[in-house]
Amino acid sequence: MATVDDQLPPGENPALLDEETHDPRRRDFLNVAAVAFAGVGGIAIVLPLVNQMNPSADVLAQSSTEIDISKIAPGQAIKSSFRKQPLFVRNLTPAEIAAADAVPVNTLRDPQSLEERTKPGKKNWLITLGVCTHLGCVPLGAGEGENKGPFGGYFCPCHGSAYDTAGRIRQGPAPQNLHVPDYNFNSDTVVTVG
Amino acid sequence: MSFPWAKHYEPKQPLMRWLDEKLPLPRLVYNAVGAGYPVPRNLNYFWNFGVLAGAALGIQIITGIVLAMHYAANAGVAFGSVESIMRDVNAGWFLRYAHANGASMFLLVVYIHISRGLYYGSYKAPREMVWLLGVVIFLLMMATAFMGYVLPWGQMSFWGAQVITGFFSAIPLVGETIRVWLLGGYAPDNAALNRFFSLHYLLPFVTAGVIILHIWALHIPGSNNPTGVDVKGEQDTVPFHPYYTAKDAVGLGVFFLVFALLLFFSPNLLGHPDNYIEANPLSTPAHIVPEWYFLPFYAILKSFTADFILPAKLWGVLAMFGSILLLFFLPWLDSSPVRSANFRPKYRTFLIVLLVDVLVLGYVGGAEANARNVMLGQLATAYYFAHFLIILPWVSRSERPRPLPGSITEAVLTKHGGTSPAKTALASN
Repeated sequence: MATVDDQLPPGENPALLDEETHDPRRRDFLNVAAVAFAGVGGIAIVLPLVNQMNPSADVLAQSSTEIDISKIAPGQAIKSSFRKQPLFVRNLTPAEIAAADAVPVNTLRDPQSLEERTKPGKKNWLITLGVCTHLGCVPLGAGEGENKGPFGGYFCPCHGSAYDTAGRIRQGPAPQNLHVPDYNFNSDTVVTVG
Repeated sequence: MSFPWAKHYEPKQPLMRWLDEKLPLPRLVYNAVGAGYPVPRNLNYFWNFGVLAGAALGIQIITGIVLAMHYAANAGVAFGSVESIMRDVNAGWFLRYAHANGASMFLLVVYIHISRGLYYGSYKAPREMVWLLGVVIFLLMMATAFMGYVLPWGQMSFWGAQVITGFFSAIPLVGETIRVWLLGGYAPDNAALNRFFSLHYLLPFVTAGVIILHIWALHIPGSNNPTGVDVKGEQDTVPFHPYYTAKDAVGLGVFFLVFALLLFFSPNLLGHPDNYIEANPLSTPAHIVPEWYFLPFYAILKSFTADFILPAKLWGVLAMFGSILLLFFLPWLDSSPVRSANFRPKYRTFLIVLLVDVLVLGYVGGAEANARNVMLGQLATAYYFAHFLIILPWVSRSERPRPLPGSITEAVLTKHGGTSPAKTALASN
């Protein structure tokens, strides 16, 4: 019995309808092409949605800071701020430099010498982020009278990470040395960080 | 699906009949939490806690929406706006304390709800999906609670955000990039506070959606019960309404009593005084601790102190997330066909040890990190993982369960009557 499905509309060429059964890859191609087109469009929309989470222009604009270091006497340190993170600038005493140099570098968890962490000829100026590499607390030791920990550098009160006079991790859970940001000496008394 | 003897919804009023034809919402409610849902007749008060968790979520959503009308998610004014809610907004102190303590109540009842599931084997077949969705809800709750705690922008808020986003920097190579992406900066600041507020508002509704799936998945096999024995016939069940709506109402009353005691007499008991100091990115509080409900996980994080192939920090983070993700595998780690711990003497002992172990972890998480506490935390962490990965698979194969009752009805009547009419009836047949 003929049904509506079997009937051709008047004037329709039956050969054209057969094309699909003769060449099924044509329909597959159209499917893949249509979905791929929509997929590429979808990804193009997702990109800005992901990227909006990254630091915005005004946050990035704070990424350069000038610091006057003329008032820091040997053995003293100051806490400044760089990209909204604490920054420690420390004027090391000869004894502290000697203590840092006395440690064999290859025994350290994150092997770095004091030279590698300071600028040439400015070995007494240790400039690091004041952010513990464990979970981001501010270590003690930059302020007057704060606990400098067993290695005389910095001590993180959160989980007991101890840093030495070169800001290198010596004990506790932190995996890395205190980070040294990019900086330059503009003159003997002014440093630009970032 | 439901049991064949479930009551059918038959609207009598013309208006309800009309509504049933157009949008059968009353029918859905009737079959979900009304007389149309047959439930085992022997549920004890531990079965209140799912409803209590739902009520707690409702309280959080209502108080939260109202608080959002007064709160400003900007790092410059957030702390001040919370203080203004406390001091100036009419009944603001009540709403904020209800929301803060409501979170504690929510987590408390959920922990009891999870323990109930562990004790009575509610995670076992055929209810694995209910359990899996429950773990998803738990993860959503933890994310929501964490982001909510950041919003007042006090010292604990700020440093909690710093430490928790710091977990992601443990990921090798891309960790720091991910952390900066999550925060929208190099340290928690305005961008982070704003997105946390947005997500803190969104996630409770996502949670509510997953709860609907959780209940849907539950209603396919029907509720478990203290014996863990399957429902065998109509005599084993009673309709949810009025039997368990009434029993849940009793539990709800007790819940509100405890909530009121906390809220009106000791609203800051579970908080930290440091969070009444405005966030200061240059000074870490001497003792950072998360809220009480995260302490066991914090203890696991702190227990990894030495590098072993991977850095200690990465181990800590992996173990902490692993301790929760492990729960997803629980239905397949425990192969015993017997559900209720009442009939599994060995499992029961080890489970009680586990629950005590989690309390020990909670203590260690909040305590100072001295040598004794670190050692205690390491032992407790080791037991936590051993319970799921070694003890449970071993116990479920080796133990000899106690004889199960023939049916729920038999268990109920033996317990209350001494001589059991059901037993007599079964024997004479």
